Amino acid sequence: MTEEANLMTCHEFQAQLPEMIGSGESRAAHAHLRHCALCRALLADLETIAEAARKLFPIVEPPDHLWEQIESAIKKEKAVFEPDEGKE
Amino acid sequence: MAPDPAITDSADQAAPSTALPHPLEADLLAQAQAGDHRAFAQLYSLHKKRIYSLCMRMVGNTAEAEDMTQETFLQLHRKIATFRGDSAFSTWLHRLAINVVLMQLRKKGLSLISMDEAMEPDPQGSHSRGFGARDLSLVGSIDRMALERAVSDLPAGYRLIFVLHDIEGYEHHEIASMLDCSVGNSKSQLHKARLTLREALHNFPRQEARP
Repeated sequence: MTEEANLMTCHEFQAQLPEMIGSGESRAAHAHLRHCALCRALLADLETIAEAARKLFPIVEPPDHLWEQIESAIKKEKAVFEPDEGKE
Repeated sequence: MAPDPAITDSADQAAPSTALPHPLEADLLAQAQAGDHRAFAQLYSLHKKRIYSLCMRMVGNTAEAEDMTQETFLQLHRKIATFRGDSAFSTWLHRLAINVVLMQLRKKGLSLISMDEAMEPDPQGSHSRGFGARDLSLVGSIDRMALERAVSDLPAGYRLIFVLHDIEGYEHHEIASMLDCSVGNSKSQLHKARLTLREALHNFPRQEARP
């Protein structure tokens, strides 16, 4: 870690966060984090949110009537674009 | 014609790019491409949960999610014959749904991404206020209800990028392409979304404690 990184302010460090999270870069070695509990807490929270989002959101079932609406809309479209279909 | 209830989404929790297709999917797809309505109904059964869930996350309410799911499957019906198998069908359909949602949101006047907005400081200062000055860490303490509520409360532009990146697993370059913005802009918006969520999640227990 460079001396320059060591001298970063919280503002400067936080400006780098969008690039850091998810990049695979080792944050533990970042000099600013070793000396700043506030930024350590911030980074831990943001990584926790990103990880939780992947795990927590459930797959939900659409209501049964949705297919009826879709089927009805498909029939209407077919009636417009293929008006002679089904006629002998 | 009701879809066959025995045919359901076989990969509820898998990411779209890794979901294994249902064993019958290839046959159903070929039949639907040939105009078989019954096969199309079964494809709906296979994919309805994933597409509806995606729409729910992106728009945040059931009425709009239903509208956008319906529009997605209508578009699928119009375009299914053009699917050539260059990608997995589920991936293709997933992208179709995202495009439907984005198009509908643009029609409603939502400016999804503004570079000016992305580069401006937060007007309320909420993102920089009290960073780390918390009694409690979120680590190990986020619950589903709180996170879902916080995501649904996000501004629409933030929510889209958060959902696409952190939930659906798209890369920034893919999001930038979908939303017609820069990679840097996508990263910046995602960061702001996470900061906004952090603020909301820290406030959540206090909100719940109110009478």
